[in-house]
Amino acid sequence: MSAADHPAPAHEIRERFGFWKRSYAMLVKEFIQLKRDRVSFAMIVMLPVMQLLLFGYAINTTPHNLPSAVLLQEDSDLARSVLKALENTAYFRFIYEVHDVDDFDNLLKSGKVLFGVEIPRGFERAVRRGDRPALLVAADATDPVAASAALGSLGMVVQTALAHDLYIGNPPEMPFEIRAHARYNPAASSSLNIVPGLVGTILTMTMLIFTALSVTREVERGTMESLLSMPIKPVEVMFGKIVPYVLVGFLQAFLIIGIGVGLFGVPLLGNLFLLALLSTLFIATNLSIGYTISTVVQNQLQAMQMAMMFFLPSILLSGFMFPFAGMPVWAQYLGECLPLTHYLRIVRAIMLKGATMQNLRFDALALAILMLVAMTIAVTRFRRTLD
Amino acid sequence: MNGGNGIAIDVKGLTKSFGGREVVHDLSMQVKRGSIYGFLGPNGSGKTTTIRILCGLLTPDSGEGTCLGYDIRRDAEKIKRQVGYMTQRFSLYQDLSVRENLEFVARLYGLADARGAARDMIKRLGLSGREEQLAGELSGGWKQRLALGACTLPSPKLLLLDEPTAGVDPKARRDFWNEIHALAADGLTVLVSTHYMDEAERCHEIAYIAYGHLLAHGTVEEVIAKSALTTYTVTGEELNGLTAALTGKPGVDMVAPFGTSLHVSGRDVAALEASIAPWREKGGLHWHESSPSLEDVFIELMSRSRDNFQ
Repeated sequence: MSAADHPAPAHEIRERFGFWKRSYAMLVKEFIQLKRDRVSFAMIVMLPVMQLLLFGYAINTTPHNLPSAVLLQEDSDLARSVLKALENTAYFRFIYEVHDVDDFDNLLKSGKVLFGVEIPRGFERAVRRGDRPALLVAADATDPVAASAALGSLGMVVQTALAHDLYIGNPPEMPFEIRAHARYNPAASSSLNIVPGLVGTILTMTMLIFTALSVTREVERGTMESLLSMPIKPVEVMFGKIVPYVLVGFLQAFLIIGIGVGLFGVPLLGNLFLLALLSTLFIATNLSIGYTISTVVQNQLQAMQMAMMFFLPSILLSGFMFPFAGMPVWAQYLGECLPLTHYLRIVRAIMLKGATMQNLRFDALALAILMLVAMTIAVTRFRRTLD
Repeated sequence: MNGGNGIAIDVKGLTKSFGGREVVHDLSMQVKRGSIYGFLGPNGSGKTTTIRILCGLLTPDSGEGTCLGYDIRRDAEKIKRQVGYMTQRFSLYQDLSVRENLEFVARLYGLADARGAARDMIKRLGLSGREEQLAGELSGGWKQRLALGACTLPSPKLLLLDEPTAGVDPKARRDFWNEIHALAADGLTVLVSTHYMDEAERCHEIAYIAYGHLLAHGTVEEVIAKSALTTYTVTGEELNGLTAALTGKPGVDMVAPFGTSLHVSGRDVAALEASIAPWREKGGLHWHESSPSLEDVFIELMSRSRDNFQ
C-alpha cells in the first residue's frame, strides 16, 4: 500500500458549526466507550436498584413486636386494658415490667427496649373523673423510622382498641392523653423522605465518579496528548463528556422514582415534567463538579478520593441523614453550597407536597449558579498544553 | 499561510526547562517543505519536548519561530489544524473500533463527510474487513499504521512522528517508511524521531540532538563528513583483546565491535595512527581505513556531549 496506489481522496473541511461538530465528535466517542465498559454500564442500573431495595425495604418495613417496657405505677384494670390494647397493635411486645423510674430509664438507655410506656399513679381514677391524664410513651428515636412509625399510629390504634374494651361504641374523645416522647432524636424524619432523598444521593455518587474519572483516564491512557494536539476546545471536550452522562443520570432517576412509586408507594403529587427538568439541572450540576475534580487531580485514584470527599458532606449536611433545620448555622451555610441540599428540597417538595416552580425557584437558581461556577472553573482549569 | 520560500519549520533559539532542568537548549532548525527530517538522539535528549513545542503542546521559555508560517507562540490553534502529531505512545482509543477512531478524528477536524473519510482511510490502510475490530486488539504494526492513518486523515501539511516505529517488526517498519516516503512525495513535510540508523539513512536530512543541544544537522553525507572522524576497520582474530588494549589510548575516541569486525575511530588522525601503529604490524589482523558509519558518528557525538553537558 502506498499513497501512489490509492491517492487520498481530498475530504473537504467545513468550518461552519465547528463547535457543535467537535462537541458531537466527543459525545459520540464517550457514548461508545460507555457502551463498551460493561461493568460501568451494569453499575448504572444495579446501583440504584440495589440501594433502593436495601434501603427501601430496611426502612419501610412496618415495625412490629418492638421490645418494650412498662413502668407500672398503678396496677388497675384500666392500666392492664391499655397495655393489652397496646400489645394488640402488634407494634409493641412488653418484655419488662418495672416499678421504678430509674430501671425504666436504664432499659431505654441501654437499648434493651425501644419503647417504654409509663402508667402514672392514680391513672384509672383520673380517667373516671374525666381529667384526661397523660399516658407517657417514650421512644428510643435513635432509630427514627421505627420510632416514628409506631408513634405516629399510636393514638388511633389505642383508641380503637380501648373502644371495645371500655365503652360501647366509639367515645367522642380519648379518655386520656397519649404523650409521645421521642427520646434522643426529637425530629425523627419520616420514611417517605428516604426514597426521594435516595434519588439525590445516588445521582450525586454516580455522576460525580463518572466524570471525575473522565479526564484523568484520558491522561493515564495517553490519549490526552493527541486530543490536545487536535483542534478541539476545552469547552467542547467538557460538553462532549457531560451530555452522555446526563442521559445516564436520567435513566437512574427514572429507575429510582419508578421503583419508589411502584414498590414503596411513595406519592408523586407534583408535576412530573417539572421534576424531570429540575433533575436534569441537578444532574448537570453534579457532572460539572465531577468534571472540575477531574481537571484538578493527577490520577484516577485521587479523582475517586476527591469525589468521596465531596460525597460525604453531601450526605451528612444536605438534610439526607439529619434534619437540615437541626444543624448549627455554620453547617447550614455549608449545606447551602451543596447541590444535594437544594435538590432534596426540590424532589421532596415535588413528590410529597406537589410543589410548583414558584415554590422552588430559589433552589433551582442555586443549582444553576453552582453548575455555572463549576463549569467555569473546569474550563479555565483544563490545560490546553502539557506545560 | 505559506512559510514563504518553501520552509515548513523555522525556529530559532528554542529553550525549555522543566523544574529547573533545561531540556531543550537554544535549539534552531529549519525544515524544508516536502522533506523527511530525521530527529536523532539518545533517550531524554529533548526530541519529544521539541516536537511538542512545534505543535503547540508546550510553550517555549524563550525562542521564536514559525511552523507552516504560523507563529508557534500565538497561533497554536491554527497550527493544530494543519499538523498531524503521532505520539510515542499509542494514542488512539483502545476501546473504540478502527472505524470509530477514524470517524472521531474526522469529526474533530470538521471533515464534511466523516464516515466517508474514515471508509476511504480504512481502504487505504488495507484494514478492510477489520474496521469493527477494537484498536486495542490490533498488533503493534497495525496500531502504528492506524495511528499514522488517523494523523493523515485531515490532510495535514506537516506530520510530526515521535518514534513511530519503536517496537515494530522490520517488515512493518519498511512498509511504514514506504508510506512516509509516498506522503512526502505528495508534498507533505515529515519530522520523525527515531533511534534506528537505517531509518535515519532514509531521511532527506537529519539532526542529532543530545542533552537538549543540537549537535549536528544536514544530509547523512554532510553529517558524516563534518564529523572529521577517521575510522579504521579491523578484521581478524583476537579482536576482544584488541578492544581492551586500544580503549583509552590517546587519539582513540571509540572502539566498537560490528559483527566480525571492529571499528576504531578518532578525531585526531596523528594520535590515532600513533596509538594503533604497534598493532598494525601484527599478524592475523587486517586494517583498512574506511569512512565512519552514521552510528560511529552518533556514538562519538554522544560520548563527547556527555562529557560536555553532564
